[in-house]
Amino acid sequence: MNVRSEIETQFKQVAKEQHKRLVPLRDGLELLNSGLDSLSFAIIVTRLEDSLGTDPFTQSEDAQFPVTFRDFVNLYEHVTK
Amino acid sequence: MNMLQNNSVSLWEAVSTNYDLCNLFLSSTEMSLGLRDLLSGSVFGGRCQELSGSSVIIATTDQLIAAAALIELDGVARRMVLCPPDLPAEYLPSILKAGEADAIVSDRIIEGPETARVTSFIHCDGKLTPKSYGSTNHYETEWVLLTSGTTGVPKLVVHTLASLTGAIDTGKPRNGRAIWSTFYDIRRYGGLQIFLRAMLTGSSLLLSSAHKSTSDFLARVGAHGVTHISGTPSHWRRALMSSSAHLISPEYIRLSGEIADQAILNRLAQVYPQTHIGHAFATTEAGVAFDVNDGLTGFPSSVLRRTPGVEMKVENRSLRIRSARTASRYLDAEHGQLKDADGFVDTTDMLDLRNDRYHFVGRRDGVINVGGLKVHPEEVEEVINRHPEVRMSLVRTKKNPITGALVVADVVLRSASGPDSDGDHQIQQDILLLCREELASHKVPATINFVSTLAVADSGKLIRRHA
Repeated sequence: MNVRSEIETQFKQVAKEQHKRLVPLRDGLELLNSGLDSLSFAIIVTRLEDSLGTDPFTQSEDAQFPVTFRDFVNLYEHVTK
Repeated sequence: MNMLQNNSVSLWEAVSTNYDLCNLFLSSTEMSLGLRDLLSGSVFGGRCQELSGSSVIIATTDQLIAAAALIELDGVARRMVLCPPDLPAEYLPSILKAGEADAIVSDRIIEGPETARVTSFIHCDGKLTPKSYGSTNHYETEWVLLTSGTTGVPKLVVHTLASLTGAIDTGKPRNGRAIWSTFYDIRRYGGLQIFLRAMLTGSSLLLSSAHKSTSDFLARVGAHGVTHISGTPSHWRRALMSSSAHLISPEYIRLSGEIADQAILNRLAQVYPQTHIGHAFATTEAGVAFDVNDGLTGFPSSVLRRTPGVEMKVENRSLRIRSARTASRYLDAEHGQLKDADGFVDTTDMLDLRNDRYHFVGRRDGVINVGGLKVHPEEVEEVINRHPEVRMSLVRTKKNPITGALVVADVVLRSASGPDSDGDHQIQQDILLLCREELASHKVPATINFVSTLAVADSGKLIRRHA
C-alpha cells in the first residue's frame, strides 16, 4: 500500500466527516494550518492504525510530534519500511 | 494555606488588599484590563447591588468578562453558576432550574421561555464604570461548576472560594514577577484554578481564546513573557505540533485534566530543557489532590500518605480523596451523593501499583477522557441503539497519542449480513450519521466494529472492561 496516498485519503475522509475545510496537502503545510483540529488528527491516527497496521506515535516514548505534512508522512514511512 | 480558608474574605478583598496591583493585568485576545482598574470599577454598570443575595448564571462568551464578574460577585451573590462558552443551549433550562437562577449575566442575548423565572438580566460588554459602593461581603458565595453527566446534561458541582483555593499557597506573593497563562477556559475547573492562583499570588494572567489558533496563542504567550502555563496533555501535544512552540520559554509547565503519559513528559522536557514540568491530579468533584514533579508518569505510592491536607486511599483499585478542597455536593439531588459517609470522594479513577508507583489505567464507570472532555459510554450507546438494525452496543475507550483517548463502539446487529458486506458498510455510515446529528463531535465513535456478541453479566448489564 502507498503510505502517502493512504494518509492523504484519510486526511480528506476525516475532514469531510468532521466538516472541516482541508487546505491542499503539500509537504511544507503546517498541520495546524491544515484546517483540522486535534480530534480530527486523533481519528486519522486511529484509522491509519487500522489500514497501515501501525501507530508510530506509540512506538517510542521519545517520538517527536510532526509539525508539517511531510513530517507526518515521514513518521509513517519510517515505521512501515 | 491562605486567608480564604476562614471563609470571611471575598475574592475582591483578597486581591485588592494584598498585592501591589500596579503592573498586574488580565488579558484576553479581545481586551486587556489592569487589575487596579478592574478592582476599582464595575463590569455591571453599577447594577451589582441588584444581584446581592441572588443566584446568578454567568454565561458570557468572553473569558475576561467572566473573570471580572467572578471578582465582583463573590461575597455579593448567594450563588454563581459558571457556564462554559460551549455549553449547548438546550441544557440552559435545566441549569436555570437546578441553579434556582434569579439573574443572568452575559455579553450576548439569551432569550426563550426558560428565562421567564429570571428577574434580572445584566448585559456586560467588558466596559468598566466607577464603583459607586464599597466592598460587600455578606455571603459565602457558592461557586457552581459544570461537569459532564451520564445523560449528557451537565452535573452542577458546588464549591466555595475556600474549597477552590485550598491548594494555593499565597505565602510568597509575586507582585508581578509571574505571568500565568492557561490553555483552559477559566469556566472549567482546571482553568479556574489558574485564574485563582494568579489572582491570589499577585500575578498577571493571559487568557486563551477558543476562536484563535494554537499558533496565535503561543505567539501571544511568548510576546507577553509568560512564566507559568498550564494545559492538558492534549493541549500540549497540539502545541508541540506548532512551529510557534519555540516562541515560548516558560519557567513552569503544568499538565492536568488527563493522564500525562511518558511520551508527552519526555517531549516537553526535550523542547523546554530549562523548564520545570509537573503534572497534577485534580477533578471538579475531588479538587486538587497532588502534584508530581519527578518527570515520570504516574505517581510514587508515598504520595498517598504524604500529601499535606489531603487524605487518599485506594479501595477496589479506585482512588478516593477526602480534603477541604473537595466540592460539597451536587446541586441537583438526582445526581446522588458526591461523597461517601466518611466524606471521601470516589474519583472512579482506577490505579495499578507497579514498582512502588501508581499508574492510572482508566475509569471504573467507563468514562472516556477525550482531550480533557468526558464521555459517558451510556449516552453514546443510547444513540447507537436507536438504529433499527442494532441489537446492542458497547462504547469503550481506545488509547490515542493525540487526544489521550478516543471513543470506539462494538455493535451487534440484529441480522448479520456477512463480513465486510456493502450492507454493513451502509449501516456503519448510518450509525455514524445518527451519532453526528445527536452528539458533540468528541463523543462520536472514531470506529464502529461489528461483533457477533457482547459479554453480558448475570445482572443483565454489559460487562465493561476499562482497566
